[in-house]
Amino acid sequence: MWLPRIIPCLLLDGNGLVKTRKFKDPTYVGDPINAIKIFNDKRVDELIFLDIAASREGNEPNYALLEKLASECFMPLCYGGGIRDAAQARRIVSLGIEKVSVNAAAIESGTLIGAIAAELGASSTVAAVDVRRNWLGHYRVYNSAVRKLTDLDPVAHVAALVKAGAGEVLINDADADGEQQGYDLGLVRTICAAVDVPVIVCGGAGSLAHIRAAIQDGGASAAAAGSLFVFKGPHRAVLISYPSQEQISELLDKPG
Amino acid sequence: MFGVRGMSTASEKAILITNYGMGNLGSIVNMFKKVGGKAEICADPARIAAADKLVLPGVGAFDHGMRGLRASGLRDSLEEAVLRRGASVLGVCLGMQLMLEASEEGQMQGLGWIAGRAARFPGGAGCPRVPHMGWNGVRPVRDSPLLPQGEAAQRFYFVHSYKVECADPQDVLAVTEYGQEFCSAFARGNIYGVQFHPEKSHAYGMAMFKRFLEL
Repeated sequence: MWLPRIIPCLLLDGNGLVKTRKFKDPTYVGDPINAIKIFNDKRVDELIFLDIAASREGNEPNYALLEKLASECFMPLCYGGGIRDAAQARRIVSLGIEKVSVNAAAIESGTLIGAIAAELGASSTVAAVDVRRNWLGHYRVYNSAVRKLTDLDPVAHVAALVKAGAGEVLINDADADGEQQGYDLGLVRTICAAVDVPVIVCGGAGSLAHIRAAIQDGGASAAAAGSLFVFKGPHRAVLISYPSQEQISELLDKPG
Repeated sequence: MFGVRGMSTASEKAILITNYGMGNLGSIVNMFKKVGGKAEICADPARIAAADKLVLPGVGAFDHGMRGLRASGLRDSLEEAVLRRGASVLGVCLGMQLMLEASEEGQMQGLGWIAGRAARFPGGAGCPRVPHMGWNGVRPVRDSPLLPQGEAAQRFYFVHSYKVECADPQDVLAVTEYGQEFCSAFARGNIYGVQFHPEKSHAYGMAMFKRFLEL
């Protein structure tokens, strides 16, 4: 039985892991290698690492750290942050990372996703898009590298990136990030209806019920979450967790 | 759970991971090490021709893979080891598909070690999203040392848009359901192929790699 994926989405800042709220106020939550070891034991479906400093500060990806992460990781791994050309993407895959996610650079370049997909294949090429609402409440693509809301409609942008060759989409709702109030199911449905490749949604998960809603009501192929898997309780104490296989089977028990 | 009990002396010699410029070889080496085996990335035609056990990995497009095999000069070495000396070989993902005669994805001929071809998953209304990406069950249809029957349900990680269609149903080792049932593992004598990525399938992948070590 094919199962939708439940994916911890972890943020790198330097050599440490952090968690943000609404893409701000990064709080240190621990060491990434230690986190991977715990997630290995918990048999997670997949992991996403996003380096929030790399693209904002224009740094190269932290290859030394990524190589260590990849060698500890016995499940699929997706990396995003600071990727501006196909050579960087190829180098990341050569370290043992399955998927490369491109975000800000694909807002600025119409050809980058296609160039990476031609080299790595569509299924290793993830188009990541951050979304915020403008003052009218309309969804717009947010460029988190320069902290600016663009005029781009996320549906059109995502469709263009898939047409260019992306084999998967990662939608991150910046307004919902860290709030743990649930995914914006309207946004999830809109994006999932717009493309026929797998869609990972991120931003807002506070419970396993939110994850089920994103998958079963929203149509997402995978639900990613940060706070849910690194914090516990109302005071956001750091504790890495992940549901057991039994919990996941029960949660996602085949909807027909 | 993954102790070294029952390790055969045959595994003293390293498993060679064929390096023809395709795919994520480090992950495969890491997982063989994790289960107590020795594995090395190898592009040396002489060593591959003399190998006892081989992995043919690969991700990416079919023709790109066949070109890589040709450019690396490893095809003859692989065939010497696999077809003439009977070395066990495990094709992973694209590596499995390259063992077939052809693929809808490309124009080039495959290795032709297993009769059959790779065909694209159907798209459109009512069909699940392509690529088939994520975890799925793998059900052995016959018993084999690589994927024994009668074990608890096994799950592996898949990423692919084309599926294997064996010409001889006897070659099918395991099946998986994604919109339709397809061949997710085949075996013919010393030749094994799996569509999924055992190196990224944590406990299930480790158990399978351990069984490959013990073949």
